[in-house]
Amino acid sequence: MSGLVTRRGLLVGTSGLLLSGCDRLSESPGFRSLLTEAEALHQRSQRLIGGHEPLAREFSSADVSPVFRPNGNRGVGGADYERHAAENFANWTLTVDGLVARPLALPLAAIQALPQRRQITRHDCVEGWSAIGVWQGPQLAHILKLAGLLPRARYLVFHCADRFDTRPYYESIDLLDAFHPQTILAWRMNDAALPVANGAPLRLRVERQLGYKHAKFVQRIEARASLAGLYGGKGGYWEDVGDYAWYAGI
Amino acid sequence: MTAAAEPTEPQSGDRVRRHRLSTRLWHWLNAVTLAVMLMSGLTIFNAHPRLYWGEYGANFDKAWLEIGAIRGEGVLRVGAVTIRTTGLLGVSQGADGAERHKAFPHWATIPSYYDLAIGRRWHLAFAWVLSLSLAFYLIWSLVNGHLRRDIHITRREWRPAHVWHDIKEHARLRFPKGAAALRYGVLQKLAYAGVLFGLLPLVIVTGLGMAPGVDAAWPWVTAIWGGRQSARSLHFLAAFGLLGFFAVHLVMVLLSGPLNQLRGMITGWYRLPR
Repeated sequence: MSGLVTRRGLLVGTSGLLLSGCDRLSESPGFRSLLTEAEALHQRSQRLIGGHEPLAREFSSADVSPVFRPNGNRGVGGADYERHAAENFANWTLTVDGLVARPLALPLAAIQALPQRRQITRHDCVEGWSAIGVWQGPQLAHILKLAGLLPRARYLVFHCADRFDTRPYYESIDLLDAFHPQTILAWRMNDAALPVANGAPLRLRVERQLGYKHAKFVQRIEARASLAGLYGGKGGYWEDVGDYAWYAGI
Repeated sequence: MTAAAEPTEPQSGDRVRRHRLSTRLWHWLNAVTLAVMLMSGLTIFNAHPRLYWGEYGANFDKAWLEIGAIRGEGVLRVGAVTIRTTGLLGVSQGADGAERHKAFPHWATIPSYYDLAIGRRWHLAFAWVLSLSLAFYLIWSLVNGHLRRDIHITRREWRPAHVWHDIKEHARLRFPKGAAALRYGVLQKLAYAGVLFGLLPLVIVTGLGMAPGVDAAWPWVTAIWGGRQSARSLHFLAAFGLLGFFAVHLVMVLLSGPLNQLRGMITGWYRLPR
């Protein structure tokens, strides 16, 4: 029995050493940047095998999840947003600015009047769960053509109405994803108005990436040449705060 | 040719060349990589400790496996069976001694504290090491004849009587002596082939099948398993299959002369058992 305890102690001790080593590596900037190198490898390899700009798989109505789990901020709060919600977002305006020839201020009704795309896709959370839902809205490409992207524009930043404590949520994508046919600004989910918990009135859908890229409560789209100098500089709330990967195709 | 056919057959007690350099290098690289993959994988699992079948699955859907805490008690539920697992799964003691409500305990995860982003950084970087080293090893083992000479199971070895004989020898812990110890037994070949051509490719392809970018580019990688959540379930099962292989592998090494085996896998030299 005592032999067993000693052996167990030895095992736990050894694994403890190994673990504290791994923790120290996790926090060492050099090793972290080495691990982060893999992100570029994921992006390049996925863009290589997806050179034909494939569509994410689309499903049938029979495949839709009975309940689409909301995640992240399930509301925005504040008198302003409450008022918008009470008005069914009739006075919600989407601003499109930054490196564009014609800055836009689009009321929700104008967005609803644009040509629409309806798609049934699977939403994959970074945590591991998935939900299938029906999404509808105009293609982002259409809105970007209305605004006229300037040649220097490389990224689209989505500024959201929700906050974590004092930090506003934001996300960003590059032009390949921005002009992808399935990248839409959804205002309908499961053939009804987009619920507040899922990001009303406007939510980005970037179907080939994980859920945290799909910005909710979108207020403003900003075209930029670089992500540096914006909040934490990593292109998104979770990227800045938790070191989540900016390219979330895996 | 096989050692047995040579005129000067090595005898019990002889020092012989056992493992090729490529096998030794891959073995140790793979040992470290698998440890990192399993432990960082458990961090990722801790983010959502439920498994489903099909394309979708989230908190409101039916999970076939779930680890959690009910009234401060750790539980593992598989189908209709619920097991109390306090101390190990669901509820365990953290490194600081405090009670921790996570599926897998701190000593089994990388990092030892819960951080999904860092766990993913480790897991997805080492996934390249796992996949590329396996690909190179398999190609090289095909070229140098390792697969044909050492892993390939001959028609004679497939005979039920032969397999049964090997099972009985294993059960009695009677391992081959002398020159016969230079060759893998049929159970050993099955285990190694099962890992090289079964569990490792399965764990890699089901892992790829969970990536939305891969699903879009190559939908079959996800669809062949019956959907993303099925791929995730199979990924988890394959990982524990590999852990099971590791446990049996470790026991067999300990029973068959651990120092000699360890030397064989480090230096390549092995003393034939008497």
